[in-house]
Amino acid sequence: MATTVAGTKPIIKTGFGGGSKPRGPNGNGSSGRNGRNAASRIQSSANRYRIGMWVAMASILMMFTALTSAYIVRSGSSNDWQPLATPRVMWLSTALIIVSSITLEIARRKLKGGFLSAQRVWLLASFALGVAFLLSQLFAWRQLVGQGIYVSSNPHSSFFYVLTATHGVHLVAGLIALLFMSMRRRVSSANEMQIAKSQAAADAMTLYWHFLDVLWIYLFVLLFFWR
Amino acid sequence: MGRALAVIIWILTLGSVSLFFVKKWWFPTAISEHAPALDRQFLLTIIVVGLSFAAAQIGLGWMVWKYRDRGQADRAMYTHGSNRLEVVWTIVTAVIFIGLAVMGQSVWASLRFNEAPPGSFKVEVVAQQFQWNFHYAGTDGVFGRTHPTLIDDSALNFIGIDEADPSSKDDAVHSVIAIPAGRPVELTLRSKDVIHNFWVPQLRFKQDLVPGMAIKVHFTANTPGKYELACAELCGQLHFKMRSFMLVLPTDEHTALIGLPQDQFQTRMTELLAKYQLPANN
Amino acid sequence: MSGETHDTHGAVHRHEAPTSFIRKYIFSLDHKVIGIQYIILALVAVLVGMTMSVLMRMNLSWPGTNWPILGTLFPGGAPDGMMTPEFYLSLVTMHGTIMVFFVLTTAPQGGFGNYFLPIQIGAEDMAFPVLNMLSFWVTFVGFVVILAAIFFSGADSTVGPIGGWTGYAPLSALPNSGPGQGMGMNLWIISIAIFCVGSLLGALNFITTLLNMRAPGMSLMRMPLTCWAWFTTAVLALLSFPVLLGGGILLLLDRTAGTSFFIPGGLYVSGVLSGTSVNFPIHTGGSPILWQHLFWFFGHPEVYIAILPGMGATSHILATFARKPVFGYRAMVFAIFAIGLLGFFVWGHHMFISGMSPYSAMTFSILTLSIGVPSAVKTFNWLGTLWGGRIRFTTPMLFSLGFVSLFVAGGITGLVLGQSSLDLPMHDTYFVTAHFHLVMGVASIFGMFAGTYFWFPKMFGRMMNERLGRIHFWITFVGVYCIFVPMHTMGIVGMPRRFAQFTEYEFLATLQPLVVFVSIAAIATVIVQILFYFNLVWSIFKGEKAGPNPWEATTLEWITDSPPPHDNFAGVIPTVYRGPYEFAVPGAPNDFILQTEPDPGTVPATEGTGNGHNGSRH
Repeated sequence: MATTVAGTKPIIKTGFGGGSKPRGPNGNGSSGRNGRNAASRIQSSANRYRIGMWVAMASILMMFTALTSAYIVRSGSSNDWQPLATPRVMWLSTALIIVSSITLEIARRKLKGGFLSAQRVWLLASFALGVAFLLSQLFAWRQLVGQGIYVSSNPHSSFFYVLTATHGVHLVAGLIALLFMSMRRRVSSANEMQIAKSQAAADAMTLYWHFLDVLWIYLFVLLFFWR
Repeated sequence: MGRALAVIIWILTLGSVSLFFVKKWWFPTAISEHAPALDRQFLLTIIVVGLSFAAAQIGLGWMVWKYRDRGQADRAMYTHGSNRLEVVWTIVTAVIFIGLAVMGQSVWASLRFNEAPPGSFKVEVVAQQFQWNFHYAGTDGVFGRTHPTLIDDSALNFIGIDEADPSSKDDAVHSVIAIPAGRPVELTLRSKDVIHNFWVPQLRFKQDLVPGMAIKVHFTANTPGKYELACAELCGQLHFKMRSFMLVLPTDEHTALIGLPQDQFQTRMTELLAKYQLPANN
Repeated sequence: MSGETHDTHGAVHRHEAPTSFIRKYIFSLDHKVIGIQYIILALVAVLVGMTMSVLMRMNLSWPGTNWPILGTLFPGGAPDGMMTPEFYLSLVTMHGTIMVFFVLTTAPQGGFGNYFLPIQIGAEDMAFPVLNMLSFWVTFVGFVVILAAIFFSGADSTVGPIGGWTGYAPLSALPNSGPGQGMGMNLWIISIAIFCVGSLLGALNFITTLLNMRAPGMSLMRMPLTCWAWFTTAVLALLSFPVLLGGGILLLLDRTAGTSFFIPGGLYVSGVLSGTSVNFPIHTGGSPILWQHLFWFFGHPEVYIAILPGMGATSHILATFARKPVFGYRAMVFAIFAIGLLGFFVWGHHMFISGMSPYSAMTFSILTLSIGVPSAVKTFNWLGTLWGGRIRFTTPMLFSLGFVSLFVAGGITGLVLGQSSLDLPMHDTYFVTAHFHLVMGVASIFGMFAGTYFWFPKMFGRMMNERLGRIHFWITFVGVYCIFVPMHTMGIVGMPRRFAQFTEYEFLATLQPLVVFVSIAAIATVIVQILFYFNLVWSIFKGEKAGPNPWEATTLEWITDSPPPHDNFAGVIPTVYRGPYEFAVPGAPNDFILQTEPDPGTVPATEGTGNGHNGSRH
């Protein structure tokens, strides 16, 4: 079965191996990493924030998928399922988070256009709206407690508290990130790497926020319309 | 080194396979109706398992023996593989594995895809930490009403029988299960606290008892005798002591037993437990 | 090395090398240091886990024996030196939890993956170094919490939770259902939740790094199989750990906040009816099976997380020491994907007799047997890699060959357990224990041993001692066969799992000689691991010095110094020209070609001079 160095034809045809023929570097490697110019390399490096955010969102989505399936199973596993009436303030919550998504998207575009002061204003607006959203959630919790509905009262209320709290925790993380972003020093326009990173971070942040927005709408529908 | 490794691998293979071959320690003799089919499927599977295991280990040993570096002048074979081989062995393996899986479903289906046949002997099983409670309906064949609020372990009402219910007059509760030989048995499995599992090795059958559920299963035992019953799902610190017995009785003996009221039931059970012996270990 | 070079300082070099001790070794951002930290954590955890298993074996083999040392160390759990059943069960729980999480989910991925993924793809570090550091320290905190759980239970006992590593509800959900199920159980859940977070942070890093930071020329199909394995493992972790986290939160609420996710109504525990006592609040309507679904939806991908990196390392090491390309590289990639993907659809095979729908059981059964197909394909390809080779029996090669043998031994019994009907006699017996220990507890560990001996020279600039390595291999290899093959027989006879003693049942009496045999083999095997620990530590200081490429291997980690500089490639990102396993290429000066070599004809022949070669021709 030995082959000599001179290379007799191998008995087995070589299949599609991992690159048996030497190939040049063109078109391989992470896109942009082998780019011929520094600009595409910089963009590719900054891209990791965007990619990382998509990956993180997949993970968070799995958690809510697990909670959703628990919700659905539990609703059918016994006859003690008593859906709560929708607290009115939840509509306000929904409006607040949708508007905060819009303001954050505006902030992101301001950054792209280079309007850094405007970006900061819209970032802070989103932060304020996010805080207001949390407050409206806490208000809803207080209302329910006032009516004697706690986390253990019935399975639907259990899920209400768990789902809103889990969403809220992720939102708090987003608020902290927003705060950091709005307090960042301006970067010199000559530093291309920093500019690319800033934009990528803003893109990732906005993506995350939109994700939380859509997630909230989904939870709202699940809790109060699917039942 | 390659030869030594090959030899050790082959010795370990031989030892492993012979442990199964010799059957010094093996399944206890089966007593249930579905057991022959199940045992056949197991045998078929273990043969496939054994052959695959042996073939892979023999192959591995052969490779390390034959292709060890002996200081040859020439190099290893330069190949990245063979797509055709990949296709062939993927298909062959898939056919064997999935074929086995499909074949095994008929035993499962016969036990789980249908209800117990009419005329089955019914027993309610209520497990708790760390004892078994078997509820017999008595001659009227109707189970007396039970409710959790009526449970009182200290008063020995382990399953919460409602004494006010007339159907419970002829019921009996005992820690040993007695079933008729040759007649389908339907068990309704419940639990008072945590998950337990009903397991008699000779039956080739086990099922979890889940609190909050009443799970119905059925089987038929053919050989009279006394068999050990174990709990096969971790249920707490005395899980290993949750032991009881299953008595499989000839029809007449069984019918007579079921007709007895509670106090005589207890006494008769004790007699039967002494009368029948556990099977000898294989 | 020749080829295009790229000045990286402006573009990607992100942090200067640290100087203070704390920044260099404690709170380091360097993926290499973090990788070693994970490995050290695993080495400590596996010592704890092995000790627990020896204690368990002693209790099972010689019941009724008084062990004075136990009585001294754990007066609550072993009064007068006699191990209580709850202490045994807490050992079972902790052994499983610590081994599965803090050994099998740390070292292969967080340890070797962290160290070598960036280098093998030609990157200077992970995509998010701060997250990387956080992921280790979060995991470390989780480990501290799980150790704390051992010591918190009732007022006077030293015993942890007794629910097994699977923590089935309601046993795990009711604090009054047994000793150790109080605070110890809470800490267990919290530790696992913390571990989930640490693991997710790590998974995020791996995936982003692999997608974003490959060097020029490093296409996906030129990556070493180790990278494919780490990538797939990270995807599995990313999608399965959140489910465990969700389930854990619900379980903790059931235990502490009176919810009823998993606890049904009408329970009567230890003489008390639910809702009639302040110690046992009212619960209704929960589903214990829901916990099992949530747990096993995580739990099954978890076992593939434990084995995939070992499979990647095995392919890598087999090719290197057979001096041949991997046989069927593309098929191997597909097999890794198939195992990962199918791994999400088979969780129900842990629940055949749980009370779930028998129709679901049938579906899960057929899917489960199909996952055996890619595993078999990988085995065939490993044999194909050896075929026609020139095998060098270095210690890493021995352990990789052992991996193949043990993976087949363990995996093949999956054909039995995956069939729902055959699971009827086998469920919750030692047949299951044998199966998963052989694949997870042994094959996976052999993958880690192989990786350790293989990559040690790169990490520390010195070789491990070959003679000690060989003794370690031989005794461990024979030892694990002696420990786990007899357990199949015990399962066939009907020996149940998680029994603190076997003395209560007549049908188990004939098995006692086997039980003792297994324990002796286990104790011997555990003792021999001391050699490994010694070898590790001694070699760091006294091992024979290693050059950059002692094994004459081809992938990117072998082009840089041993150990690599802070930014891995001394400021010069490599360019990749060929696949990862170009061994035995006809016409090349050496029997190996580095991935970065554009023109092998110009390379001087160095075959046979790497010091990993010494004494390996037999």
